[in-house]
Amino acid sequence: MAKLIMTADDSASVRQMVSFTLKQAGYDVVEAVDGKDALTKLSTQKVDMLITDLNMPNLDGIGLIKGVRGGALNKFIPIIMLTTESQDSRKSEGKAAGATGWIVKPFKPEQLIAVVKKVLG
Amino acid sequence: MSSPQEQHIATYREEASELLAELETSLLELEENPQDNDLINRVFRAMHTIKGSGAMFGFDDIARFTHEVETVFDQVRNGKMQVTRCLLDLTLQARDQITAMLDASAGGPPADEANGQRIIEGLQQLLPQVTQLKAEPVVSSPPKSSEAEIARTYRIRFKPLPEIMLGGTNPISLLNELRDLGSCEVMAHLDAIPSLEQMVPEHCYFYWDIVLTSTRGIEAIKDVFIFVEDDCDLKIDLIDDANAPDSDAGYKKLGDILVERGDLSPVEMQKILSMQKRFGEILVEQGLVPDSKVQSALLEQQQVKQVRQERATAAPAAAEAALSIRVPAERLDHLVNLVGELVTVQAHLTQIAGNRHDNEISAVAEEVERLISELRDTTLNMRMLPIGSTFSKFKRLVRDLSAELGKEIDLETTGAETELDKTVIEKLNDPLVHLIRNSIDHGVEMPEIRKAAGKPTKGIVHLAAVHSGDSVLVTIRDDGAGLDKERIRAKAIERGLITATSELTDKEIYNLIFAPGFSTAQKVTSVSGRGVGMDVVKKAIEALRGTIDIASEQGKGSIITLRIPLTLAIIETLLVRIDQSYFVLPLTMVEECIELTRADVQAAHGRHLAHVRGELTPYINLRAEFEITTNQPEIEQIVILSVNGKRIGFVVDDVVGEHQTVIKTLGKLYRDVRGISGATILGDGTVALILDPGLLVQSVALIEQEQFG
Repeated sequence: MAKLIMTADDSASVRQMVSFTLKQAGYDVVEAVDGKDALTKLSTQKVDMLITDLNMPNLDGIGLIKGVRGGALNKFIPIIMLTTESQDSRKSEGKAAGATGWIVKPFKPEQLIAVVKKVLG
Repeated sequence: MSSPQEQHIATYREEASELLAELETSLLELEENPQDNDLINRVFRAMHTIKGSGAMFGFDDIARFTHEVETVFDQVRNGKMQVTRCLLDLTLQARDQITAMLDASAGGPPADEANGQRIIEGLQQLLPQVTQLKAEPVVSSPPKSSEAEIARTYRIRFKPLPEIMLGGTNPISLLNELRDLGSCEVMAHLDAIPSLEQMVPEHCYFYWDIVLTSTRGIEAIKDVFIFVEDDCDLKIDLIDDANAPDSDAGYKKLGDILVERGDLSPVEMQKILSMQKRFGEILVEQGLVPDSKVQSALLEQQQVKQVRQERATAAPAAAEAALSIRVPAERLDHLVNLVGELVTVQAHLTQIAGNRHDNEISAVAEEVERLISELRDTTLNMRMLPIGSTFSKFKRLVRDLSAELGKEIDLETTGAETELDKTVIEKLNDPLVHLIRNSIDHGVEMPEIRKAAGKPTKGIVHLAAVHSGDSVLVTIRDDGAGLDKERIRAKAIERGLITATSELTDKEIYNLIFAPGFSTAQKVTSVSGRGVGMDVVKKAIEALRGTIDIASEQGKGSIITLRIPLTLAIIETLLVRIDQSYFVLPLTMVEECIELTRADVQAAHGRHLAHVRGELTPYINLRAEFEITTNQPEIEQIVILSVNGKRIGFVVDDVVGEHQTVIKTLGKLYRDVRGISGATILGDGTVALILDPGLLVQSVALIEQEQFG
């Protein structure tokens, strides 16, 4: 069965690109438009992995990560955060909140797939 | 339909326009409420998304520009700067600038760069202290290591924090990733596991010693741990590489020296040695080092020893490997095409030189001819691959199929190193699968039948490849029941392939199994027996310009022989002429050429038969076939070819001579023309058709059958 990955990003174009790339690689994808949307969906839906942006309205990436790690259903899933190069501090903040790894924007589809494969094992 | 990338870009444009509109509203609202943190965040986020997504989809200029503006707002967000009128003015101008850049990328007028520069400078002056703006984004490129090819052995101690799994990291997948890097031994340490009542089930108490031999370099190993470097104790030590002095550099052991000197007998030495405990055992006994640590160290010792041994034996091989390079297949194909063109041009040159009677040009033309022929051979050689890669796939096929059918069959192969053109090997795969399936299904009998026939219960399918001239012979031999002539004959009559009175040689009977729609299997199995197989195989082999041949002995087995030309691109042919038209025939099939006079034709009473040394040889008049009526010469030529084991003549006006033929396909339109397999361009630019004798004979035979029943 294909692994299910959630992409949470308020940027439609990034969401579309991530989603397209993952589907090409044979994964199933569920999209969320911001942290709140993602957390709501993750409270009832078991996924295999989460890819989240850090800057999002309503609930940002850090909040989302904390929420997921504090919940039960998806507590142990790998979480990858999308960051920009200027956000080193945010990176460690995300790690502390429970992110598994990160991808620095801009990234190429191959890089995304490489990281997904890495953390999904 | 636009590509996914273009669709992403279109989405980005739309999104950016929306964000810019939102940015404008937020900025205007911010002017009213300069202290509103929510608004500041909204401004920051809008710019952050424009920047981040812009960089993703190739809008680097927008990303760079927006980055500068974002940096300023980051300061505002962190409370280090106040929202001022001036800041808002500049930010609004920046917003307009981004809009202009976005329009420019969609084909609008180019954005005013000087204006952009002015905005950035203005913004930078607003920054509280000169926070040097980070200029370049960090581009992560794989480290280029010139010494990457050398296998090194590393000792890795990976001790994750107990909480590692709470961060979504699975330590096992990291170990698996290490295994992908090279030969790897993993030893788990259990001594940190607490007692049950103290254990937190969500924690990880294991840690690992890993001895890894890899050519990928230490950076690749560090990359494995990139996400967890803060969450674990990681120690990576290089313990062995090719440049290190040999482990045997140390001198002999004391016992050996004493024995060599005659001071101690070997028996005595063994006795003493057996009394002695191993160093590791002593350590464990003394409680200095736990057993698992000793085991881990021994593992390391073993691995390094093994690697060193391998290196010693593999050194010559490695030197050889370094001498080869990988090239994409399409480049080779292109090269072969170019050489093909070159051969054509060279033929032209030779012809011109021949006409000029100029010694200087002739000498150059000859030199060019020699060089090009060498170049051609070398080029074609480059595409040669050993057929063995295909053979190994069949092992599995035979194993699975025989198990499915309840038979016991071994696949033997010889000649796996025989080289064939890459494209030929690819196209040979399906026919071979079919033939092997046939041998397993129809050929080799069930174990009990074999036993009753006095054969070993285990059947053998033998697959062999061997060079023969400019071809490769691939044979599939089984020691099964062999072909049943009577059954084939009966079936062929039933199917209307032959008449009940036809007299056929054994070979002709065997060849019937290649007729379309023929199948003798009494039951249709999942493996074969739908009667669609063998004619498809024959077509595939013929498409490769190859031939297929069957020999069989009832009760003993059958041999199917495929003769496959080494390459598809350039073949040796015989160039012939009929009036103004030129044709080429595959030289490998040509047996001899004889003359045909009008008197001969009359003597045969209109039948297309010629006497060749007392033997009647049927011929096909190509003039009649191609409906060429003009300029028929008094004496014509018959080129006798061996077609499917029979001698058949082809009548032409003139035999021009041998010709190096660069095969060109005729294109889709002519794909269904029977009897012509392609075309080639002669030295003077004329096109000559490449004849396919097998199919020509078939189509003529068909017409005759219709005419004479």
